[in-house]
Amino acid sequence: MSEAITNIKVQSPEAQFEDYFALLKPRVMSLVVFTAAVGLVVAPGGINPVIGFASILFIALGAGASGALNMWWDADIDAVMARTASRPIPDGRVAPQDALVMGLWLSVIATIMLALTANLVAAGLLAFTIFFYAVVYSMWLKRWTPQNIVIGGAAGAFPPMIGWAVVTGGVSVESAMMFALIFLWTPPHFWALALFVKEDYSVAGVPMLTVTHGRRVTRANILGYTVILASCALAIGFTSIGGPIYLTTALVLNATFLVGAWRLWRRAEETAIADDYRSEKVFFRSSLTYLFAHFAALLGDASLRGMGWLKAWQGLI
Amino acid sequence: MALGPEHPHANRKSRSNMLLGLLLAGFVALVFAITVAKMMRGDNMEAFDHVLRPALEVAE
Repeated sequence: MSEAITNIKVQSPEAQFEDYFALLKPRVMSLVVFTAAVGLVVAPGGINPVIGFASILFIALGAGASGALNMWWDADIDAVMARTASRPIPDGRVAPQDALVMGLWLSVIATIMLALTANLVAAGLLAFTIFFYAVVYSMWLKRWTPQNIVIGGAAGAFPPMIGWAVVTGGVSVESAMMFALIFLWTPPHFWALALFVKEDYSVAGVPMLTVTHGRRVTRANILGYTVILASCALAIGFTSIGGPIYLTTALVLNATFLVGAWRLWRRAEETAIADDYRSEKVFFRSSLTYLFAHFAALLGDASLRGMGWLKAWQGLI
Repeated sequence: MALGPEHPHANRKSRSNMLLGLLLAGFVALVFAITVAKMMRGDNMEAFDHVLRPALEVAE
């Protein structure tokens, strides 16, 4: 944690259960739960529902633990950014050391429990994810390089790979491609956000691409990453986890997403300011739908495959 | 100094304690369910304990 902690309010007498829960970043956890569940369901071979449910719970707990460690480390940044100023630590509802202790304990519990419930490969991946998010991203990359969210995006990309490992005990091309889908989706998603909250990052001293290289370069990078993302997303359709639902979804969504990225790239800064970054906000929101729909489509195809309806399709690819 | 039952902080603390208790009970139930699921799957019920156990011997 850096020295700029003067904006953090004095802790209130009693932290509530909800305050500790907020430390786990529930919204991020919901994405982790969903993508890990999809990784688990689309993996070849079956798993006992209780083991599957418990594994997803421990993956979510691990993700929450890394969220708490991130909030502990970034409390000084959170305090000066409007978007994060009401988080439990900068708002004085939870003491920083409580968040640290909670994050460390939950990390240990989640990893050990996943090892006991599923296997060591899944637990190892979870431990690495927590380390990557809390140490590599939060403590090192975030305040050092404009590539922070590009490399740091790996932390959010691991859950489907962990879900896959819970069932198979290993990694594969398919799980690596699900990882790549989230990894490549992260930069356009966060850079679109950075386009309309640039001042926040600037005040906090976070070297987002918008701050270090300007918005024109950021717009070009969004387009570049979206092109690579689209090719990865479509390629998944031709692996063993793809199917007609996924491929149709990917075709439509990637065409739409590419058009959105193209428009952002073409937009002049004056136009964006004039309409209060309307297109950037739309692109940011649509990126959430984009990721959710891709994984939901994988789930849809897995259901069809489970019912034996995709034999002809599997013969084609 | 202990807080009286009418104190607003006492109510909030009691609620937090109850939620934490439920969470711990849920965790115990989950571990029990995992154990049952693993036993039904046919996993070993004995682990290595520094003594020779015939049940852990791999069949030839």
